Amino acid sequence: MTLSELQLALPEIFVAAMACVVLVADLFFTEQRRGFTHTLAILALVFAAIITLRLMMPVGESMLAFSDTFVRDRFGDVLKLFAYLVLAGVFVYAKHFLRAAGLFRGEFYSLSLFALLGVMIMVSAASMLTVYLGLELLALSSYALVALNRDSASGSEAAMKYFILGSLASGILLYGISLIYGATGSFQLGEVSEALAMGMSDDLMLAFGLAFMVVAIAFKLGAVPFHMWLPDVYQGAPAAVTLLVSSLPKLGYLALAIRLLADGMGNMHADWQAMLAVLAALSLILGNVVAIAQANIKRMLAYSTISHVGFILLGVLAASPAGYSAAMFYTIVYSITSAGAFAVMILLSGNGVEAENLDDFKGLARRSPWYALMMLMIMFSLAGIPVFVGFFAKWQVIAAAIQAGFVALSVLAVITSVIGAFYYLRVVKLMYFDEPENNAPVTAPIDFRAVLSLNGLAMLGLGVFSGGLIGVCVRAFG
Amino acid sequence: MNAMTWPILSLIVWIPIVTGVALLFLSEARAALGKMVALAAALAALVLTVLAVAEFDMTTAAMQFQEKTPWIEAFSINYHLGIDGLSLPLIVLTALTTVIVIVAGWTIKDRVSQYMAAFLILSGLMSGMFAALDAMLFYVFFEAMLVPMFLIIGIWGGPNRILATVKFFLFTFFGSVFMLVGLIWLYLQAGSFAVADLHQLPLSLTAQIWIFLAFLIAFAVKVPMWPVHTWLPDAHVEAPTGGSVVLAAVMLKIGGYGLVRFSLPIAPDGAAALDWLVIGLSLVAIVYIGFVALAQRDMKKLIAYSSISHMGFATLGLFLTFAIVQNTGQLDGAVLGISGAMVQMISHGFISAAMFLAVGVLYDRVHSREISAYGGVANTMPWFAMFAVLFFMANSGLPGTSGFVGEFMVILAAFKADFWFAFFAAMTLILGASYSLWLVKRVFYGEVANDNVASLSDLDGREWAVMVLLALLVLGLGLWPYPLIEMMEPSVANLVDHITNSKINP
Repeated sequence: MTLSELQLALPEIFVAAMACVVLVADLFFTEQRRGFTHTLAILALVFAAIITLRLMMPVGESMLAFSDTFVRDRFGDVLKLFAYLVLAGVFVYAKHFLRAAGLFRGEFYSLSLFALLGVMIMVSAASMLTVYLGLELLALSSYALVALNRDSASGSEAAMKYFILGSLASGILLYGISLIYGATGSFQLGEVSEALAMGMSDDLMLAFGLAFMVVAIAFKLGAVPFHMWLPDVYQGAPAAVTLLVSSLPKLGYLALAIRLLADGMGNMHADWQAMLAVLAALSLILGNVVAIAQANIKRMLAYSTISHVGFILLGVLAASPAGYSAAMFYTIVYSITSAGAFAVMILLSGNGVEAENLDDFKGLARRSPWYALMMLMIMFSLAGIPVFVGFFAKWQVIAAAIQAGFVALSVLAVITSVIGAFYYLRVVKLMYFDEPENNAPVTAPIDFRAVLSLNGLAMLGLGVFSGGLIGVCVRAFG
Repeated sequence: MNAMTWPILSLIVWIPIVTGVALLFLSEARAALGKMVALAAALAALVLTVLAVAEFDMTTAAMQFQEKTPWIEAFSINYHLGIDGLSLPLIVLTALTTVIVIVAGWTIKDRVSQYMAAFLILSGLMSGMFAALDAMLFYVFFEAMLVPMFLIIGIWGGPNRILATVKFFLFTFFGSVFMLVGLIWLYLQAGSFAVADLHQLPLSLTAQIWIFLAFLIAFAVKVPMWPVHTWLPDAHVEAPTGGSVVLAAVMLKIGGYGLVRFSLPIAPDGAAALDWLVIGLSLVAIVYIGFVALAQRDMKKLIAYSSISHMGFATLGLFLTFAIVQNTGQLDGAVLGISGAMVQMISHGFISAAMFLAVGVLYDRVHSREISAYGGVANTMPWFAMFAVLFFMANSGLPGTSGFVGEFMVILAAFKADFWFAFFAAMTLILGASYSLWLVKRVFYGEVANDNVASLSDLDGREWAVMVLLALLVLGLGLWPYPLIEMMEPSVANLVDHITNSKINP
């Protein structure tokens, strides 16, 4: 291990250190001073971003470290930067909710930073063991976060479900990894790829290993038919945690899919393309159709997530740089959008009572035209209506899928997005066409309002000027 | 090419949009200011379009006033605007209609600035769509339009507005996603989204048929053609007057424009192979929907069905081309058909706007759209009745009004294609006259039917201004259509020349 290797992992080392600092420092803050923990955590993200930006890898280059188990490349750096950004937004949104719900505790921040570390390790993994390490760190932090409100029965139930099913998925992944190791003789993804290219390995073992890996990825992403945990976890977790769970980990799981499938098993793309095609088709159909029947906004957004996972898989299964960059753009955009949607939900929750029902959105345009407008842009973006950024995400994914020859699947994807538009429109309808049930003004601290406004306007800004972010994603695979 | 150095098209597109976005944030208390600002922006856009007409070179089919800046470089998508003789009249129509709806919306009480903002944004998006020379830019404008219209119907509409607006949104969205898939497929073949490149792209017949069908779904919903027209009567009935006017006057033309700009030139052989389908659907629309209109009791529904029937003429005129060229071996008849279709679209824009405004005038006073709620309106509102009768007569194709010109040209062209096409198309002269005049008889003539009608007051100054403007346009285009036809002539001739040459790749 050399100093330059340590330097490559500096962002991870910094975030790990800061997670510990936050954990310890929080013990010395009194209840009234808890705001310091919040500030400290956000500062940690800002400095992590500065470090990552300063050490940004040039386009097309990558460097391995720690016996080739860790990789720094443009793809990873961009994802990490967005992970900091999303988590910083989550912190600002969450503070308002946690305060009101009496959950404003330091653990939220240290656990979230550990989850971020897990995402970063997964994003930079060059070996299957590193992948697993990151995945488990993220997963264990998430389980604990879901159970943040330990007195809530539904929260504990959700955490239990999440833990059991999540562990099952991790076990499946581990089994897949061991099979691949058995067939290729290496954990290192580059060496796995080379061994596959030589074609010397046991096909049956590889096929099983690959299938287990795909199942684990589908579990983590929440693709149908491995989606059962997702709506329950979204509903049971405190809103601030749902906000986190719905946005940040997606960036890591995308990296999980791309590192394992593209970097490691790229030579077997014909096999995993077929598996992902089935998962994507089922997710698109079930997610969009079942979301229509939901009256609970968290469950609705959960099923909406499932349908968006279908789109992300559609990008990955194109198995081309265009497909990966489209999936990357989609995931980044989705995590930002999803954070915004949950933020509006938190905004409507008063006194720690969550605004869980769609009816709570009634007449928002009269109560607060500005936030209604933000939510309108978020909903139209999720529905994929231009000129909002969600459209450009969908469009790129479809372009990549058509290029890879998946025309029928692309047509299915666009048809299901028309079905999906219905439930997004329903939120707009509730906000704009219905009269409010209560006229209590919508209030939030200034930082919350500022970040939410930026988040909503980003839907429009990233759409109108989509060339920039698209370029960043395309170059990440250039 | 003109020496226009400033981006006139961008200004026409963005002045309304930027003003509209700014108006969104104006408080309810300053509604009067909002109305004035909205009117100023709409007039500014209109003045700019008039300038564009003045500077327009009518002798060439080339795209004029072009602007091109890279937008999404990774996919070589450009912000590329430009107009020719096919798009300019529609942009003028859009700008005019916007001014009219803003004046007509002066009496709106609820969320006034937002109402004005929605129409301004919508207007800018529509102009942008007509001027877009990059397929992706076109699609973005084409889809983004749904958002303001969805809100206009949903917020300011009638009692059943939610069903109507969701139906409108989902129908249109459903249609257009197929176009998106088609465009992406074309992009992967051509390596560009530029409309000009797509026009030149050679394609196999099978590919052309698929592309043609994908585009047809999108544009047929928009026109709307039978049998995907069912959203239109609902949307029209529930929309506020201004919404109905924009919907009928401009939005329906988008379907026709799309067929001219995309379907025909990109997939000419596909269009030739499937022209029977479009002609058949157009004739069904003309005849069957004409009968349906006859049976309506709601005035707005009647006008909505009449719109579908009249737009059938436009699509008929566009797709007669192949049969005419085959029969006569000459291009003149085809030029006549397509010009007729374009004139019909512009004329229908004026007439349908005028009819919806006339219904709006009555609705503002009596709050009913039922034909049976009226009778003898001419006795209490003679001036209004004069205008309304003119507009309904124009709708039935009275010579001297704009309604006659387009229909006449299309029927003339239809004779060159097939006698029976012309026969069924000409039935509209009887049907159109029947439902239009029957409505006039029931609403305007006869004894004063009830106390509501007895207490009606005639037009006020604002309504006068709108009615006079539209009457002048309807009569002007009817008596002297030559400038419009001349403006379109080179582009139409170029289009006919392009689509009659096969582009099947060897």
